[in-house]
Amino acid sequence: MLAAAQKDEKKDQALKNHVGHPQTGRDCPFTLLNSPISHTQYPYVTGTSVLGIKYKDGVLLASDMGGSYGSTLRYKSVQRLKPIGKHTLLGAGGEISDFQEIVRYLDELILYDNMWDDGNSLGPKEVHNYLNRLMYNRRNKFNPLWNTLVLGGVKNGQKYLGTVNMIGVHYEENHVATGFGNHLARPIFRDEWHEDMTFEEGVKLLEKCMLVLLYRDRSAVNKLQIAKITEEGATISEPYAIKTHWELEAFKNPATGAVGSW
Amino acid sequence: MFRNQYDTDVTTWSPAGRLFQVEYAMEAVKQGSAAVGLRSKTHVVLVCVGKANSEFSSHQKKIFKVDDHIGVAIAGLTADGRVLSLHMRSECIHYKFLYDSPLPVGRLVVQLADKAQVCTQRSWTRPYGVGLLVAGLDETGPHLYQNCPSGNYFEYQAFAIGARSQAAKTYLERKFETFPECSRNELIRHGIISVKEALAEGKLNGSNCNVAVVGIGEAFNTLDSKAVQQIIDSLEDRADEPPVDVAPVEGEQGAVQDDTDQAAAPMET
Repeated sequence: MLAAAQKDEKKDQALKNHVGHPQTGRDCPFTLLNSPISHTQYPYVTGTSVLGIKYKDGVLLASDMGGSYGSTLRYKSVQRLKPIGKHTLLGAGGEISDFQEIVRYLDELILYDNMWDDGNSLGPKEVHNYLNRLMYNRRNKFNPLWNTLVLGGVKNGQKYLGTVNMIGVHYEENHVATGFGNHLARPIFRDEWHEDMTFEEGVKLLEKCMLVLLYRDRSAVNKLQIAKITEEGATISEPYAIKTHWELEAFKNPATGAVGSW
Repeated sequence: MFRNQYDTDVTTWSPAGRLFQVEYAMEAVKQGSAAVGLRSKTHVVLVCVGKANSEFSSHQKKIFKVDDHIGVAIAGLTADGRVLSLHMRSECIHYKFLYDSPLPVGRLVVQLADKAQVCTQRSWTRPYGVGLLVAGLDETGPHLYQNCPSGNYFEYQAFAIGARSQAAKTYLERKFETFPECSRNELIRHGIISVKEALAEGKLNGSNCNVAVVGIGEAFNTLDSKAVQQIIDSLEDRADEPPVDVAPVEGEQGAVQDDTDQAAAPMET
């Protein structure tokens, strides 16, 4: 029975021009026999910026709900902020499927941590380090998880905010961003962020930056969520839109300065 | 215990539901020289008697540092103890590498117990012949655990294992209710006195008495033999007087400066 199935497979392979790779033994297209083994991917469905800031009671994260397929704004209800356990929030830019995989790994990690049932729990620092190990290990195998992650949390009164990316670069900061957020939002954070902001001040700052991103980042969509994590736990807001303004003079009579030839 | 027909294999039950090989392994622990552990709200102390083979040889190493926040005292087959300490160190380092955080003591102890249990259920490995007193500090506070060859583990306020441990335990039973509020140095003194009870012959001195401490603000460290000698001498001077607060002795790194500092630990909820 098994032998017959294997024989069929061999026949299929021969038809599809597949052979066993001389080095790995695994299935390999004939035309790739002479190329080096490489797994580096290209991202397919991607999320854009994630912003994170520390504030008085904890950490605030913001992101939009867009999943781009190249230059097409394909998916508009992708949740890119997720709670991890009791103490942490995770936000991701980059390949959405890889983010989903990471959430699966972390949920498993938290599950085993909870199963100890012993009064100890993994805090944001531990999760951040675990993620860094994960991302860096994948990078070393030339098979990265194509994401930039923002990790925020509070444990025992200690606020934590950090970031990790697909090559394993990681650090902690009072305000972080991924992708375009680094170029458009961080300068605003540097000017306007201060220690112990109130919740309202924090949200206002994040919305200001999300508005700039909405105007200037082509992969941004006007449907965003803000997530908050404090000692009490994590909450992610319902999706909402922010008001944009197009009453600039230049938009009112677009053809004024450029008379067409026909 | 006498020999019987059910004690050859660890995989043979006796009709009374006992595994004699495991019980014999626990006997091996009782043959080792005494080890005592005691805990306060802020510190855990381990005190041991280290036997020497002869006048010329060094004294037995009974206390092992496992990580900055955990240490272990052994009684029984020293080689088994050493191997388990190595395993514990490896576990701690691995956790630190993954999570950039110290391994919670309770979790290490459970892993150790599970490892010991394996040997009670295979016919090709024997149980470990060593009892361990694991002293450690994590975010839930200071802890003292005992690990048995049977794969059981227990948490204690104070405990003693090894030869004549009952004598040490009797002293601890009298005093243990005062331990939570004891200062670091008082705790060490209680430990040394209780270990003295377990000494059959000869005198306790800085060479044959190993003392180690771990606590809030103090990484696990073994006291210098000179420092131990000083404490033993001061005990002799005072005889039965109640312990008096003394400044931390030489040779300790990061020791708590003020004996009367009993502020609640940040970990205490």
